[in-house]
Amino acid sequence: MTAHVYELSHLQALEAEAIHITREVAAEFERPVLLFSGGKDSVVMLHLAAKAFWPARIPFPVMHVDTGHNFPEVLEFRDRTVERLGVRLVVASVEDSIAQGRVRERPDGVRNPLQTVTLLDAISAGGYDAVFGGARRDEEKARAKERVFSFRDEFGQWDPKNQRPELWSLYNGRHHRGEHIRVFPLSNWTELDIWQYLAAENIELPSIYFAHQREVFRRDNMWLAVSPFTSPREGEEVATLTVRYRTVGDVPVTGAVESTAASYDEVIAETAATRLTERGATRADDRLSEAAMEDRKREVYF
Amino acid sequence: MELLRFATAGSVDDGKSTLIGRLLYDTKSIFEDQLESIERTSRDRGDEQTNLALLTDGLRAEREQGITIDVAYRYFATPKRKFIIADTPGHIQYTRNMVTGASTANLALILVDARNGLVEQSRRHAFIASLLRVPHLVLCVNKMDLVDYDESVFERIKAEFRQFATKLDITDLTFVPVSALHGDNIVHRSANMPWYDGTSLLHHLEEVHIASDRNLIDARFPVQYVIRPQAQTNHDLHDYRGYAGTVAGGVLKAGDEVVVLPSGLTTRIDGIDTADGPVSEAFAPMSVTVRLTDDVDVSRGDMICRVHNQPRVTQDLDAMVCWLSDQPLHVRGMYAVKHTTRSVRAQVRDLTYRIDVNSLHRDEAATSLGLNDIGRVSLRTTQPLFVDEYRRNRTTGSFLLIDESTGATVGAGMLL
Ligand SMILES: Nc1nc2c(ncn2[C@@H]2O[C@H](COP(=O)(O)OP(=O)(O)OP(=O)(O)O)[C@@H](O)[C@H]2O)c(=O)[nH]1
Ligand SMILES: [Mg+2]
Repeated sequence: MTAHVYELSHLQALEAEAIHITREVAAEFERPVLLFSGGKDSVVMLHLAAKAFWPARIPFPVMHVDTGHNFPEVLEFRDRTVERLGVRLVVASVEDSIAQGRVRERPDGVRNPLQTVTLLDAISAGGYDAVFGGARRDEEKARAKERVFSFRDEFGQWDPKNQRPELWSLYNGRHHRGEHIRVFPLSNWTELDIWQYLAAENIELPSIYFAHQREVFRRDNMWLAVSPFTSPREGEEVATLTVRYRTVGDVPVTGAVESTAASYDEVIAETAATRLTERGATRADDRLSEAAMEDRKREVYF
Repeated sequence: MELLRFATAGSVDDGKSTLIGRLLYDTKSIFEDQLESIERTSRDRGDEQTNLALLTDGLRAEREQGITIDVAYRYFATPKRKFIIADTPGHIQYTRNMVTGASTANLALILVDARNGLVEQSRRHAFIASLLRVPHLVLCVNKMDLVDYDESVFERIKAEFRQFATKLDITDLTFVPVSALHGDNIVHRSANMPWYDGTSLLHHLEEVHIASDRNLIDARFPVQYVIRPQAQTNHDLHDYRGYAGTVAGGVLKAGDEVVVLPSGLTTRIDGIDTADGPVSEAFAPMSVTVRLTDDVDVSRGDMICRVHNQPRVTQDLDAMVCWLSDQPLHVRGMYAVKHTTRSVRAQVRDLTYRIDVNSLHRDEAATSLGLNDIGRVSLRTTQPLFVDEYRRNRTTGSFLLIDESTGATVGAGMLL
């Protein structure tokens, strides 16, 4: 921080804004929870929460909506991180929702769309009134429209045509019982900001974000990992490639990108030069239709 | 790198979203898959060329109606600056979303269709931008291609706006003739308007001086959250008590003599903490934690400031209010008020006048404010607030009015 110039760099400004939002939630809500998947955005969000309350502990639990289709490296990282920070982890399991008959497994085995039911059930079971999400507005055109404090009705629905005005840094978190607020402290961050911040703060990530060798096969124009949840169909050939992940999600629909970037600096250089959005490059579920994300957000998606 | 936030404004169809699309396209800030997606959509809809407005008009309803409904935020960078764009709707019905986008902007781009000149919505948005004290305004006369790039059209609209602007509080005003559709004067100077001797819009966005827009004089620290680790095992932290918040103005330094409002107790700043270690001073908008030398009682909603430079402590608010709800504001109505980190209730005591946005005439006979109306309102709060004039401080001078039964944000207030 350059004293006497009294200016913040863009990363410092984004950090200050996110910390402000996080503290507002802790002060004004009774039962906040932070969605933590082990993905890079949620890692940054959790890191910012730790900074916001330092030297005290984070005053709310974190929740992982677990599809059961995880990268083992990510699960291991998740458990280690919550342990280190001394926060309570709530796991909301899609497998449990299936076992309880709340949702039915899809014929294609993809569980991303099923998460919504699991998430809403967990929110109501925990009585959570504020749910932190790591979504960024640069990710997708419907997200580009969403408020920092995003009101959800009793069915968890978002009404994009009737959002609350949100002025200055005054966030209105009013809601009735059964309704809740989704809070997005990273709204104004871009993918590049996230990487620059991870590097500047030297924050650990699951190893799959960096280049590694992996058995993959081509489907829907993406490299999918060979895993207990996904195997090649006839005609889909397996290759061993040097890849990394740009996002971490449900294994069957998260694509890897070919890359040799093994360090923060190399990933930053690659991110600055990339010609594809992170979702365009790595998420099959967003390609379903033009308004796929808007439709899922209207329901209860993150 | 420095961050500039800007918002678009102006009437429906004047080309705001197209201009943002053009700016992103010509600065190569669009990803291939995004471009392919809007090319496909444009083709499917039978558009002659790729509709760049689709880059920000991302909602299904927006694409169906061909208008912007809510603010879209977009991000791009040049080697000189990082930009956060808020592309706001021009339609009168969605004025509250324009207010949302403009409230945090350093700069507003007001678009006017060269064929139509200023219309009521251009005036309303210019007035709102001046009320919100967006420090820099740029009037873009758009669709110059449809008036044969005629200098006299530009000069006429410029004169018309200057005339209107004399009645507004605008500190920095710039005019640029553009064609958002064809890219004239957006990123590059246009060969079609050799008579224009100013810079391209992007050049202006990169160069406009914003560092001095902040208040570094009046130290204001609204307490947001009390940090008490209460660590039984760690003796260093056992008695730690810090006041977390975002600096709202001025510069706080370790050692400063300060007063805590509302108690009026004076003490000193013992230290300013962050998770990265202590800092010797803090300024807006840093998020920090302040420790005080004396064990005084401080909680959320209190304000720490300098002994010889204090905000006004008052229950009487006199403010310009933008009304954002279908349910009109009524004199004697009760509302929840959110001001810095303090929440109180307030009764509307008087509507001094309502403003006609076309003529800026003050209607003193008005008895209520309807959706999108702007007026001067006095309120009496149930508890004191610590306020500054909005013109001195955008944070301690602003508040929200909230409907207590629905929880909706119904008004935005700027203190006089
Ligand atoms: N000829 C010409 N047409 C333009 C220009 N800029 C925009 N248009 C057209 O004007 C129409 C409206 O453009 P938009 O960008 O959607 O307008 P807007 O101001 O964003 O509208 P709202 O957001 O709904 O208020 C579209 O058909 C554009 O193609 C221009 O410079 N020249
Ligand atoms: Mg538009």
